Amino acid sequence: MDLRFTPEENAFREEIRAFFRENLPEEVRRKIVAGKHFSKQELVDWTRALNRKGWAVPHWPEEWGGTGWDPVRQYIFLSEMQSHPAPPPLPFGVNMVAPVIYTFGSDEQKKRFLPRIANLDDWWCQGFSEPGSGSDLASLKTRAVREGDHYIVNGQKTWTTLGQYADWIFCLVRTDPAAKKQEGISFLLIDMTTPGITLRPIQTIDGGREVNEVFFDDVKVPVDNLVGQENKGWDYAKFLLGNERMNIARVGMTKERLRRVRELASLERVGDVPLIETPRFREKLAAVEIELKALEMTQLRVVAGERNREKGKPDPATSVLKIKGSELQQMTTELLMDVVGPYALPYVPEEDDDAPDLPNEPPIGPDYAAPMAPGYFNYRKVSIYGGSNEIQRQIIAKAILGL
Amino acid sequence: MDFDLTDEQRLLKDSVERFVADRYDFERRKAFLAAEGGFSRENWAAFAELGLLAVPFAEEDGGIGGGPVETMIVMEAFGRGLVVEPYLPTVILGGGILRHAASAEQKADLIPRIAGGEITLALAQIERGSRYDLHHVETRARKDGESWIIDGEKGVVLNGDTADTLIVVARTAGTTRDADGIGLFLVDAKAPGVSRRGYPTQDGLRAAEITFESARAEAALGDPGKGLPILARVVDEGIAAICAEAVGVMDRMRDLTVEYIKTRKQFGVPIGSFQVLQHRASDMVVAIEQARSMACYATMMAAEEDAAARGQAVSAAKVQIGRSGRFVGQQAIQLHGGIGMTMEYSIGHYFKRMTMIETLFGDADHHLEKVAAGESLFAA
Ligand SMILES: Cc1cc2nc3c(=O)[nH]c(=O)nc-3n(C[C@H](O)[C@H](O)[C@H](O)COP(=O)(O)OP(=O)(O)OC[C@H]3O[C@@H](n4cnc5c(N)ncnc54)[C@H](O)[C@@H]3O)c2cc1C
Repeated sequence: MDLRFTPEENAFREEIRAFFRENLPEEVRRKIVAGKHFSKQELVDWTRALNRKGWAVPHWPEEWGGTGWDPVRQYIFLSEMQSHPAPPPLPFGVNMVAPVIYTFGSDEQKKRFLPRIANLDDWWCQGFSEPGSGSDLASLKTRAVREGDHYIVNGQKTWTTLGQYADWIFCLVRTDPAAKKQEGISFLLIDMTTPGITLRPIQTIDGGREVNEVFFDDVKVPVDNLVGQENKGWDYAKFLLGNERMNIARVGMTKERLRRVRELASLERVGDVPLIETPRFREKLAAVEIELKALEMTQLRVVAGERNREKGKPDPATSVLKIKGSELQQMTTELLMDVVGPYALPYVPEEDDDAPDLPNEPPIGPDYAAPMAPGYFNYRKVSIYGGSNEIQRQIIAKAILGL
Repeated sequence: MDFDLTDEQRLLKDSVERFVADRYDFERRKAFLAAEGGFSRENWAAFAELGLLAVPFAEEDGGIGGGPVETMIVMEAFGRGLVVEPYLPTVILGGGILRHAASAEQKADLIPRIAGGEITLALAQIERGSRYDLHHVETRARKDGESWIIDGEKGVVLNGDTADTLIVVARTAGTTRDADGIGLFLVDAKAPGVSRRGYPTQDGLRAAEITFESARAEAALGDPGKGLPILARVVDEGIAAICAEAVGVMDRMRDLTVEYIKTRKQFGVPIGSFQVLQHRASDMVVAIEQARSMACYATMMAAEEDAAARGQAVSAAKVQIGRSGRFVGQQAIQLHGGIGMTMEYSIGHYFKRMTMIETLFGDADHHLEKVAAGESLFAA
């Protein structure tokens, strides 16, 4: 056992840091540090900068743009990206639909979609959940009926993250209502400009707009947009959801957020003493750091074990990473909110793509305070989506414990 | 020992609960928030009519002579309805300062107008550097003939943007963190030299940053160098009041959550049939009952003359409320799943109000430190 990275790995890390420093606009980095949203254009620009360097999709097969890095290097890259911090690549494209396409899709689909995903020419969103089908995803009802060389899609998806920017949506649809529920589902790629698709925004409790309802009313989808085989969509979906091992814990991100906690806690004062110097606060922060260190070690054990893993087999360790990772992200948002004290209260709408015309008023209280309570509210989502923490515990009970 | 309400208290409880049940559904609340000033003047008038705005004031001052128990009854019901009218800043905080510090003439002038719903108040106490410390006061008051001139900045003043009358905590002597030399001043919100920047708070209510530039106070309330004990006392009463409100908020979060998990189906069954969720909801009940008990404790100690004993009790209650509130709020959202994350659904609004109550007048850490520094709660 040896905790140290090799000199080559350390050099690799330095190379990545240098690239991030030189290529990510400082303004974007500062936005993320402040807890604000970066714009669509900023993510597009950043993705393209990575793509020019050949780093937009390191984990993909090399023939489609992957770097061929080993798991340790993949991990170093991701954690550096999070702790820099730089905008994470849009997950719906590079981490979700692309692996499904390069693993199960036709050559035609690979050629058509993968390069555009890597360059963020197409913005993808995920159409899995429905109003009646969240944790019980396999009960989904959106129907696709084959008519000649098209499917006619009817139904509704919901919680579609950033669907307002999307060019494409990948959907689970029911193609065989008579079959057992997991066996009548197909995986369809749908152009968002197709007639019959409407989007309704859902405002989240932090005041933001990141999710939508998507309605399908007699939407014509070419049969060529079916991925893999009809009625095998559930297998692809399981594959997709099991693909998140390397990133799901977001250790790098939480590290960066804890740096921010320290920074703000040195600015906030309790009388003559910076908050960071009060024993209570230090202990609280230390307790979270200990848990994060443990999670980092767990993540590294998983990364190191990747070499010996059977390809494509879901790993129940993913659930451990998801549960602890989400809890720590949430705890960190609580710390950030608690740090700013009474100035957590004012609500200051954030200037963004959807509201570019907000008057440029001075901040209310310290300029760092406004995003903190919304950040706390918003991050309640991380224990709900992507398989809720209750469902993750269910998986541990079944897959690890055999209960 | 007696936890029962008197007949009059029960009547008050019925009437305020009925008001909230009849007039305060989620949709209407949205309209109240959208109204000018962020609350309903009509509701305010109705409060006056029901006598709610007179609750804590002595009968000889034009009130109905209620105590902390009556306040608890009102606030708990308001919590259930997520009431947005400025009752806390006007009646509890502003009114509290008047009760404890104002002269007979000042009371005679102001209290009937508060009780009648003619004016609302705000307590301008917090400053940029004060965090939760009441004695941290930079804002200055200097004597000018018979009157006082205020200079300084106050922040997160609840109801600060619409209040007619401000009560400003300002320093008449000493340095920023001295306990002595703090005064309480009555300032007309429209007086020259007062500028207000109003904004919504995270829970949809209103607050303001207020700047005083040589603003002339109408009067000092009480001894202009000895305001801190009064402020502390009123804040203790305020904490007891929001603890009760929090209990109402939590009760409602529990009800909404239980209702939801009974009806929401996944895997062909109501999700409330999963034992994990049953246990989680049961833990919410345990947390709420602990909170309710401490809210009662704070209520029963709120009128205590011994400041140390009162402060200790109130801080202990605030810690419990903070912890229970955070757990109950987070679980309420979690058990709702995605729907809990949306503005369109009421649970998130309860969660946000709860979160703001956790912060108001000091978070759990702040009060834990106070409790830890004091006598054991079981010393006597
Ligand atoms: C901000 C946000 C963004 C999202 N983005 C997307 C997206 O882009 N695309 C997409 O397809 N979906 C997205 N989702 C949807 C997300 O995946 C679902 O919210 C999630 O699957 C939970 O489903 P639900 O909300 O219907 O809750 P439900 O499934 O109704 O769950 C409610 C509660 O019951 C619990 N529960 C359910 N079943 C069990 C069980 N068997 N045992 C114990 N407890 C159980 C849950 O853990 C939860 O606490 C997003 C959600 C959010 C909040």
